[in-house]
Amino acid sequence: MTANASTARRPRRPTKRRVRQGWWFPYLIILPAIVFELLIHIIPMLTGIWMSFKQLTKFFIANWSAAPDAGLDNYRRVLDMSGSVGMGFRNSLLITCAFTIIVVGLSWALGMLAAVVLQRPFRGRAVVRTLFLVPYALPMYAGIIAWKFMFQKDNGAINHILQSLGILDEGAFWLIGNNAFFALVIVAIWRWWPFAFLMLMAGLQSIPEDVYEAAALDGARPLRQWWSITLPMLRPVNLVLLLNMFLWTFNDFNTPYVLYGTANPPAGDLISFHIYNASFLTWNFGAGSAMSTLLLLMLLALSGMYIVYLNRRSENA
Amino acid sequence: MREGRGFKLLRVVVVLALAAFVALPLYVMISSSLKPLQDVQGDFSWWPTHLTVSPFLDMWKTVPLGRYFVNSIIVATIATIFSLIIAIFASYAVSRYRFRGRGAFTTAILSTQMFPGVLFLLPLFMIFSNINTAIGVQLVGTRGGLVLTYLTFSLPFSIWMLSGYFNGIPRELDDAAKVDGCGPLAALFRVVLPAARPGVVAVAIYAFMTSWGEVLFASVMTTDANRTLAVGLRLYSTQTAVYWNQIMAASLAVSVPVVIAFLLLQRSFVAGLTAGAVK
Repeated sequence: MTANASTARRPRRPTKRRVRQGWWFPYLIILPAIVFELLIHIIPMLTGIWMSFKQLTKFFIANWSAAPDAGLDNYRRVLDMSGSVGMGFRNSLLITCAFTIIVVGLSWALGMLAAVVLQRPFRGRAVVRTLFLVPYALPMYAGIIAWKFMFQKDNGAINHILQSLGILDEGAFWLIGNNAFFALVIVAIWRWWPFAFLMLMAGLQSIPEDVYEAAALDGARPLRQWWSITLPMLRPVNLVLLLNMFLWTFNDFNTPYVLYGTANPPAGDLISFHIYNASFLTWNFGAGSAMSTLLLLMLLALSGMYIVYLNRRSENA
Repeated sequence: MREGRGFKLLRVVVVLALAAFVALPLYVMISSSLKPLQDVQGDFSWWPTHLTVSPFLDMWKTVPLGRYFVNSIIVATIATIFSLIIAIFASYAVSRYRFRGRGAFTTAILSTQMFPGVLFLLPLFMIFSNINTAIGVQLVGTRGGLVLTYLTFSLPFSIWMLSGYFNGIPRELDDAAKVDGCGPLAALFRVVLPAARPGVVAVAIYAFMTSWGEVLFASVMTTDANRTLAVGLRLYSTQTAVYWNQIMAASLAVSVPVVIAFLLLQRSFVAGLTAGAVK
């Protein structure tokens, strides 16, 4: 057989055995994916953008298509920093940015550390690896609920540990006040670092051993090997990993929702949660939609810049 | 990398610290689920002094956990099956055909993953209500609506992961099958899919975990009759008491099947992830 991958790439002239398959075939089999994505994601998203230009309060929610036009009013309110809506939005964005940077950074660092340390076989490696993956496998809310219990003031494990170590004299509140931010960060890292570990571990396995041996012969110390071999070889994995973790963390709704319930402390007011509360608790759907739209634009811009940057880097490489 | 003594020491320290971090909530969950209510309401203790299994028995009565379990299983299973079928076809097209709009399709699908859930929660809710008034199909407050929603949540990642997997399977295999008279679909089902079994399994687990753990849409789109576990667990907190021991017992019951399935199949999952990431 002389037909190889390079000829298969171009659409060949229809031959007898290809008759059953026209140009439309690939479109036919991606059609279900398109239909469902349109129905659940694209159309609702466009509707949401449309809603951000409407005066959508509780009076119009039952008959939302008849809601009066609001022009840019919703956007004006959301972006007006002197108003309460605008201030809430800005604070929430700042908290979310801090949260995302800390959580993604530390999760990546822990995942990398664990993956490097577990790269070579040693006794008990399989057990350790399995244990490390459990938080990722656990249903999200189950893990968060366990943390919620541990962060209780009087009957929780965290205050108990801190007190018996002598770090705290008296139990602190963790789910209200400023501590709530740290509680949120810890839970999110606990939940996400195993995913970084999983991806990085998989990436490390694809690096051939002899590269390290050659480097060792040249006298490269472990840290140097990590910097000059491991890190560059992991680039494709890191790019995908960081983009995904960024998006998941930035959009995180579950962690604050399960941790605090609907009464959230200001320090833990992540943006998704903020929008949810603005829409469903204060019935301000127009402003909620405007915030969602702005959030989407920001995410698209950031991801777009990231992807363009990647493409440029890989062209130069 | 040669492993010096320093590295081995580092390894012990890192492994112990991370293991403690990971295991702490798991331990608290297990030990608290074996304590009577007074003990979880009082000061925290590491060891259950009055060991009891009654939380595991009572949790079914405090809250209709059995019903929520059935709901979650039905919703997650059906959503997984549909998501898997759709993802298999789409990734086969992406991996094996160079059609016009292919790049646009993959970009569009992947970018839906960026959408914050809250962005389309309310519009989707309203569209579902409108569908109900227009053609009488009830989607809000039914399992069907939740299935429909969930099956799209895992799609972007599944398509990406599976097409990476398919790319790793030599084209010569399906070409040979076509020479033998198979159509493209027969080639997919008889040759490509069996060779990609680990990838398919990984995607199925991912899809199942996504629906099993979803909270936001489950809390808005369900009513008492079709509530899923994600929402049901909240009901152990009442006005008078928070049944922490039963919450922990129920969380364990909810987690154990998924965790075991994931850990058994983690190798496929890792392979699927790398195939996607490295291309």
